[in-house]
Amino acid sequence: MDPKRYRQLVRERLPKPDLARGVTRAFVLGGTIALLGQVVYDIFRAMEPTQGEAVAATLATLILIGGVLTALGVYDNLAEWGGAGAAVPITGFANTIVSAAMDFRREGIVLGLASKMFVIAGPVIVFATVVGLIVGLAKAIYLGLFA
Amino acid sequence: MSATITPATAAKRVGNFTVAFDQVRIAGRAAVVGPHEGKGNLTAYFDHIAADPMWGESSAERAERHYLRTACRLALEAAGVRPEDVNYFLAGDLLNQLITSNFVAHSLGIPFYGLFNACATIAEGLALGAALVDGGFADRVLVGASSHYQTAERQYRYPIELNVQRKPTNHWTTTGAGAALLARDGAGPRLTLHTAGRVIDYGLKDVNDMGSAMAPAAADTLLRHLADTGRHVGDYDLILTGDLGRQGSKMFRMLVKEAGITLGGKHKDGGVMMFKPEQQAGAGASGAACSATVIFGYAIKEMERGRYRRVLCLPTGSLHSPLSYQQGESIPTISHAVVLEW
Repeated sequence: MDPKRYRQLVRERLPKPDLARGVTRAFVLGGTIALLGQVVYDIFRAMEPTQGEAVAATLATLILIGGVLTALGVYDNLAEWGGAGAAVPITGFANTIVSAAMDFRREGIVLGLASKMFVIAGPVIVFATVVGLIVGLAKAIYLGLFA
Repeated sequence: MSATITPATAAKRVGNFTVAFDQVRIAGRAAVVGPHEGKGNLTAYFDHIAADPMWGESSAERAERHYLRTACRLALEAAGVRPEDVNYFLAGDLLNQLITSNFVAHSLGIPFYGLFNACATIAEGLALGAALVDGGFADRVLVGASSHYQTAERQYRYPIELNVQRKPTNHWTTTGAGAALLARDGAGPRLTLHTAGRVIDYGLKDVNDMGSAMAPAAADTLLRHLADTGRHVGDYDLILTGDLGRQGSKMFRMLVKEAGITLGGKHKDGGVMMFKPEQQAGAGASGAACSATVIFGYAIKEMERGRYRRVLCLPTGSLHSPLSYQQGESIPTISHAVVLEW
């Protein structure tokens, strides 16, 4: 069979993902994590003097939860069920770093764990920095700071 | 497909791509798997099911060696042969530099040839081992192949605990190993024919759908095998592809059907058979251990029971590397055919 035609037939015969189920589950799981974050934030808001400190403490707590669930081998199962609902919140970001650190621990603390822990998270940090720079510059120009 | 080829003069060649062995038997064999595979559909066919995927080791790479070493030991025991009585050890795995096989070959102390045909490695081993025995170059050859879910994920995909959702076309790498001892005599089935695979590349690039990439290789080898030998699908009790999975099997049947050949109920796929649906293994199992354990576990045990007399094994392999697909290259694939007869 002509390879081009075969590739077309493969595309036609790929199993269709259950979009409704995927979106619903992602919404439920992502929403639950967000709700958890809101509860944690409300607790810290009652304790911390400023909103900024409450936000920082909330993020740190969620990162800790994401890291611990990864270490316990639970987080990847949550992601298998809820997809992007697990990947998008900051707990998912913690998961990318902790899971990589766990995987490469056996190759040593320095050349394994420390050098490989950002292997998944690295691009996120790079692009977040680049976009931050661009948006910051745009804002500075808009506000006329270079005038 | 039918390139012009100089007529064969070597005595054991059949047609353009196939060789016939006069006297080679599988004198002993063993299939060893991890606990996840042990809970699947083929539990009763495995010779050893490890309780711990890590085999009590500190790394998955070290654990994988236990699977291969144990499969080799059990295959030798089944044949009643000591390692020092074996002329060659042919083995391969999925890891860089065949590191599992290298370490196991060292511990066995048998002269060693390392093989790589990805998940089709066991077919390569059986074919070359049979040629060594039938050609009079060896009395006994040990062949083996292994893979491990965690070592393969680490090398080819992502960290084990990363938040990735499996696609329905993803495969689950089999944790385990299969080994067999080839000799002129023995209690097991005869290895009678081998059709060598060509590297087939239809330009597919999705490593999350290796089944569709490998299906053309399996179809190519099957069609050339039937053309060379003059046999028909009906001459076989079972046509056992290695690890095409659900998606790959669908594509394989379509390709074979388009060539005018009906498989009927004769086709089974090791990747589809391995796991139960609730084990969430996507399209099915894969890995060098998939074909090896399904052939040495399921196929040969069912031959011993008299259910199958003639089995055509078609292990399939995706030959890409982690670098090649990151650089946007397509997936080269291969499938070798070996025929087992009781």
